[in-house]
Amino acid sequence: MPQNTEIAIDVRDAVKRYGPFTALKKISLSIHDNEFFTLLGPSGCGKTTLLRMIAGFEDVTEGAIFLYGEGIDALPPHKRPINTVFQNYALFPHMSVLENVGFGLEMLGKSKAEARARAGEALEMVQLSQFATRMPSQLSGGQQQRVALARALAPRPKVLLLDEPLSALDLKLRKAMQVELKHLQRETGITFIFVTHDQEEALTMSDRIAVMSAGELQQLGEARDIYERPRNVFVADFIGETNLMEVTVDAINGGRAQCHLGGGHKLTCDAVEGITPGAKVHMSLRPERLFLSVEPVENESLTGRVREMIYIGTDTATIVDLDGGPQFTVRSSNSSRGNARTFEPGTEVAVNMEHGAGRLLVD
Amino acid sequence: MAGGAATGGSVQSETYREARTWLLLPAWVTLGILTLAPLTIMLVYSFLTKEFRGGVIWEFSLAAYDQFFFDRGLFGDEPPRIEWTYIGIFWRSIWQAGAATVLSLLIGFPTAYFIAMRPQKERALWVFLVTIPYWVNLLIRTVSMKFLLRDEGPLNEGLMAIGLISEPLGIVNTNLAVQLGLFYSYLPFMVLPIYAAVERYNLALSEAAADLYAPRWTILRRIVLPSVRPGIVAGCILVFVPSLGSFLAPDLLGGAKTFMIGSLIEEQFKGNAGNWPFGAAASMILLTMVLILLILSARPSRKGVR
Ligand SMILES: Nc1ncnc2c1ncn2[C@@H]1O[C@H](COP(=O)(O)OP(=O)(O)O)[C@@H](O)[C@H]1O
Ligand SMILES: [Mg+2]
Repeated sequence: MPQNTEIAIDVRDAVKRYGPFTALKKISLSIHDNEFFTLLGPSGCGKTTLLRMIAGFEDVTEGAIFLYGEGIDALPPHKRPINTVFQNYALFPHMSVLENVGFGLEMLGKSKAEARARAGEALEMVQLSQFATRMPSQLSGGQQQRVALARALAPRPKVLLLDEPLSALDLKLRKAMQVELKHLQRETGITFIFVTHDQEEALTMSDRIAVMSAGELQQLGEARDIYERPRNVFVADFIGETNLMEVTVDAINGGRAQCHLGGGHKLTCDAVEGITPGAKVHMSLRPERLFLSVEPVENESLTGRVREMIYIGTDTATIVDLDGGPQFTVRSSNSSRGNARTFEPGTEVAVNMEHGAGRLLVD
Repeated sequence: MAGGAATGGSVQSETYREARTWLLLPAWVTLGILTLAPLTIMLVYSFLTKEFRGGVIWEFSLAAYDQFFFDRGLFGDEPPRIEWTYIGIFWRSIWQAGAATVLSLLIGFPTAYFIAMRPQKERALWVFLVTIPYWVNLLIRTVSMKFLLRDEGPLNEGLMAIGLISEPLGIVNTNLAVQLGLFYSYLPFMVLPIYAAVERYNLALSEAAADLYAPRWTILRRIVLPSVRPGIVAGCILVFVPSLGSFLAPDLLGGAKTFMIGSLIEEQFKGNAGNWPFGAAASMILLTMVLILLILSARPSRKGVR
């Protein structure tokens, strides 16, 4: 969590249009100093565009961007103390690894000796010292990725932008790099703005996440906020796995909303602002916050029949057809202390909600 | 046929070998007839004795090379001194061709860069525009260049009309006229390879450099130029080599003082006054120089040494 709430990057009402097409629709967000901030959203939602505007490669059509309180819209990219790790690395093919990493320092007017020394340190940070004299073409994808990272970190920028830096790596390497990146961010104290379309990656790494869709900011918050208290259908659906149900609100009592869904199943959950009795809204139920039993645990549990059970290593997913209602997925842990039980398809079961499992969504 | 499958592999590779021989034949014939044969004839002729009405006598002689490099006095009986006449002509040719190449590079690179930065759909049109003049015969183009540059031509009249100069520049018959002629003759050979290289250049590299605090000109010098270097080298060779041996531009645009190797060689084979072995020897010396140049430029480069 950010220790310091000074604002590193402040995006105010930023709009980006390409001709008639609006890529970003009035985005406002503040990124804290020393924060690992993630822009998360499906492909084409405008993440790269926003990052390129911060780096200075794209003009801001309307609105403004501030770096530690100062407007930077008039500054060309080479005058912004911001560095980028490009999606395809963009290493200079005719320069050695060390020359690549030292390039920014050299451009900042550091002496050759200092540039070399600091480039060497940066390479050490990413554990590539022994490759200093290699050419980029002689490195594996993962190594090139780390050179790109060292190159962007070496000038010690105020803000580091990372555009899907891990998307080209295989799963195992990606996981290792996630940890390493997080570690580097802590170690250097540089503000990271990380772009990804992978929600799991975002949840693992970020202090805060901005979820975007179709050029709009959907929700901004800490990982737990976004996962447990999604603000709308898009966020609930995009982040993690969920059971998205259409429900009708029957009554609101003492901060609790009583609802029912198709088949007359009754559910109660925390009320949220903007909901009135009679409204038809969506409810999100995380599969791991549900559990199955043979007999209903409370008078409110939902009853149905097991359709199938799917073994997925750590967990088992059970798909249940509610009586006269929609289909539900329930996840149970396979650990020895877990609650996985085997049910034959067709078995009558009750689906029970942990406290706070259901979340009403306004739009 | 049941047995066919088992032997299929070797049968196939045999047919393949046979087919390859036949398919390569045109290449070998072309290479043999168009390249090796004329070169061999030239090489042999350069070591023969000259016949006074043109042609050769089949008798081994080093006279042609001797005449090129050494001066033995009017009657050939003095101790040899270095003959500077022909070396001087070679030197001037190198200089002229070099100047034309530099000029082509200075104009050709921005042109190529400009075309490569156009939207994909427009590029073919721009390339077409660059090559249009080259549909006209080189002789005609060189003559029109003369009309353009001469004292009464549009260049001088135009400059005088707008008051930039008060009398004609007198460009025709100077080295500059020849250089401009060569430049105009071979410009597309500079533009096209550079365009191909710039088009393949990854623009993200320029962005990465800007991101790392490099201003525009530094990006051009440190990132773009080294990346498109093969295209530049190819363009320079394609302009320099034909310029070096060119005789149309020096003949038509230059004067006595702009005599180049091409004209020297041309004279040896024209009419009855020529000296075939000497022309052949001069050609072989020119070819050797070009080969050395090609070998030097083909060396794999490891970035600009600083
Ligand atoms: N130069 C451009 N001209 C026109 N449209 C563009 C341009 N760059 C991006 N876009 C459009 O803007 C939208 C957002 O793109 P982008 O920021 O690259 O998305 P993301 O990085 O989230 O995948 C896309 O619909 C894309 O087609
Ligand atoms: Mg993108």
